[in-house]
Amino acid sequence: MRAFAELLDRLSLTPSRNAKLTLVRDYLRDTPDPDRGWALATLTGDLTFDAAKPTFIRKAVEERMDPQLFWWSYDYVGDLAEAVALVWPMRPGANREPELSEVVEALRTATRAEVQRLIEGWLDAMREPRERWALLKLMTRELRVGLSARLAKQAAADLGPVPVAEVEELWHALHPPYEDLFAWLEGRSEKPTSDNPGRFRPVMLAQAIDEAVDFAKLNPADYSAEWKWDGIRVQAVNERGVQRLYTRTGDDISRTFPDILDAFHEDGVLDGELLVMRDGKVATFADLQQRLNRKAVDAKLMAQYPAAIRAYDILAEGEDDLRTLPFCERRKRLEAFVERQHTPRIDLSPLQPFSSWPDLADLRAAPPEGDPQIAEGIMLKRVDSIYEAGRPKGPWFKWKRDPFLVDAVLMYAQRGHGKRSSFYSDYTFGVWTPSPEGGRMLTPVGKAYFGFTDEELKQIDKFVRDNTVERFGPVRSVRAEPHAGLVFEVAFEGLQRSGRHKSGVAMRFPRINRIRWDKPPREADELTTLERLLEQIEAR
Amino acid sequence: MIRPQDLLCPRPEGLYCAPGDFYIDPVRPVDRAVITHGHSDHARSGHGAVLATPQTLDIMGERYGAQFAQAMQPAEYGEVVNRDEVEVTLVPAGHVLGSAQAVVRWKGLTMVVSGDYKRRRDPTCPPFQPVACDVFITEATFGLPVFKHPDDKDEIARLLRSVAQFPERAHMIGAYALGKAQRIICLLREAGWDETIYVHGALERLNALYERHGVDLGPLAPATTGRKKDEFAGQIIIGPPSALQDRWSRRFPDPVAAFASGWMQVRARARQRGVELPLVISDHADWDELTATVDEIRPGELWITHGREEALARWAELHGVSARALALVGYEEEDED
Ligand SMILES: [Zn+2]
Repeated sequence: MRAFAELLDRLSLTPSRNAKLTLVRDYLRDTPDPDRGWALATLTGDLTFDAAKPTFIRKAVEERMDPQLFWWSYDYVGDLAEAVALVWPMRPGANREPELSEVVEALRTATRAEVQRLIEGWLDAMREPRERWALLKLMTRELRVGLSARLAKQAAADLGPVPVAEVEELWHALHPPYEDLFAWLEGRSEKPTSDNPGRFRPVMLAQAIDEAVDFAKLNPADYSAEWKWDGIRVQAVNERGVQRLYTRTGDDISRTFPDILDAFHEDGVLDGELLVMRDGKVATFADLQQRLNRKAVDAKLMAQYPAAIRAYDILAEGEDDLRTLPFCERRKRLEAFVERQHTPRIDLSPLQPFSSWPDLADLRAAPPEGDPQIAEGIMLKRVDSIYEAGRPKGPWFKWKRDPFLVDAVLMYAQRGHGKRSSFYSDYTFGVWTPSPEGGRMLTPVGKAYFGFTDEELKQIDKFVRDNTVERFGPVRSVRAEPHAGLVFEVAFEGLQRSGRHKSGVAMRFPRINRIRWDKPPREADELTTLERLLEQIEAR
Repeated sequence: MIRPQDLLCPRPEGLYCAPGDFYIDPVRPVDRAVITHGHSDHARSGHGAVLATPQTLDIMGERYGAQFAQAMQPAEYGEVVNRDEVEVTLVPAGHVLGSAQAVVRWKGLTMVVSGDYKRRRDPTCPPFQPVACDVFITEATFGLPVFKHPDDKDEIARLLRSVAQFPERAHMIGAYALGKAQRIICLLREAGWDETIYVHGALERLNALYERHGVDLGPLAPATTGRKKDEFAGQIIIGPPSALQDRWSRRFPDPVAAFASGWMQVRARARQRGVELPLVISDHADWDELTATVDEIRPGELWITHGREEALARWAELHGVSARALALVGYEEEDED
């Protein structure tokens, strides 16, 4: 348990993806079975048990120490599990420190009363607060260490090394503690079989097109085009009685979308965009968000926000794996398949004919249904491309629509994390609004922390330090007056109304497009510009 | 009947001894001062006469220049010095080089002012020596049960594991310039780290002072910009805590920010400062050391100078020792920098 605790502790404070990968990979390499498998299941979210309530632990700690002293401690630390982990009086020799597998076994099988007794005994035996913290976080299922399931699988794949797609495809055939997986990755046995119904197939991703370079080299006749819909990408599987809906990283979201899965009556695996659709018209992303992140859904919610799949590929049909067929063949099978399901819950992403690249540019400028918010741009797929997991270079491209732009003024800067912790790299920017005194004042409209080069970051950082008005902890307010300040051209993908923001609007995916060293703040945009844009979007 | 407050009482300048006419660790300039140790919140410049250990006087000279007071009187550990009718003895506090408790005796009454102290072994200074007394006047910087400093060997081992795990990155440790930095260096040497340790300019003079006083720090080199970035890969660099997020850190390859402090026990503190590898190593007594010390000395009364007085006072009352919080101001939580 100690090694696992150290891993969680470090993950929770490590900002960089690569460093996290190293930490997990090294842990998996150096830890014996079955502990490492249980750890992996914990990190991927595949370990299920009823979370224990933290209240009993508070009672237990107050039996062991003065409640007033505990209260001051809790008040100081702010987090119950952490406070308990720190103050718990150790009883040396009371017990033996448990292995991770013992803890997991107990959490999965023991009764609630037994679990409580076991946990108290383990806390008594553990020497380090870090270990007690990990135990309590595990027990309450609140391991927030900032690691995606995919990254954990990547770390396991690196043991081989094998491509992460192979691990992902196998994943749903595997069960914790994954001894067969590790045996294969370490070359001690054959690859486990992945032929189980309902499994996730790793997805194929597109590269961003480089307009200046790629078009000159590509022949328009080799590619087919379609809109890049702005929902979330999913994989719907209906196979030998097993129905699953996965995100593009393999997270199972079946329970949230029973309406979609019910619409299948043939076996098949579709790749498509999850959208909210009313009478064949795509609703906004905000509507889709009403359905995402819900643990349970009811008939009312499903009727209010009817979900659908706009399908663009088919990976399997009946018993046949179609991934080695060329795109044009798969497309024919897809069209026929969608037709036969005959349901408003599944429709087809139509191909957009074009004959030349300028033709395609015109198409991209004229968004579907006249609404720039429902598609992010255009997808290009080579007609002869097989379905290949990962992001191969050449067969698929995405050509994003030009973003919305606004000129805004830098108001606050905050220190970054990790590599950027010596830089002011998170920026809050604002636009002009009428002030109560009759003049104009700046109101924050968003935050951005990327879109600039390292060199530009240094320049902005210097500007922030040279123009600091006030400091509050890691945040500095920066000089922002009509004649002195820094203007950013901010690019963003969409706009929504928001009660949480003072300005009343929230941007989607804002980033710094250009630094306008040349522009005085008085020439930055006014909030009315954004409000007009929002009205246009809502009026459609 | 002699009362403790006739011998020592809190004043805005600090603890004042009327029968000996001196202050202990005064925060403002006074005529006569007894200084427990060299940290700047305890040892200030501009006093008339200063009594302290030779090491502490040396540290003050290094910080403030040779003329930091009008008269300096060194007292070795255990040496009895008379101040009017009062006997003053400095005994080891185990906090940093030269750190002492001030034992004050007058008309059969013994009061001990602990200064800052810890009970763990420290390769750079002799261990805390408990003295039987009527009144024990303690600090309580880490006076909450959440503060339980782990074994420093384990913390150093964690650091060295990280160095091995990330050979392409530099490990940059924030450590208070007086005491903590040198202790970390010694602990690294004891753990077998023989490589050159790179140090920030702010540490150089105090490192040299420690070496003059017989503390061997092994090979050190300045972490200057003259070196190529990747020369620091796999290396350990020590600087003051404020340098961690400073532009100074940019000269190192993808540095792992480590911070050696008792405050690192609390995750939110580590997160606030962007610390990736918190090292819970402190030069102060943790909760268990504070309570064990009170238990061991069993003073007639416990006075608490600064820190989290209320929790320690409550613990003392629950354990039958009458306690009083002095709430002296001017002593910062030094690791906060
Ligand atoms: Zn001190």
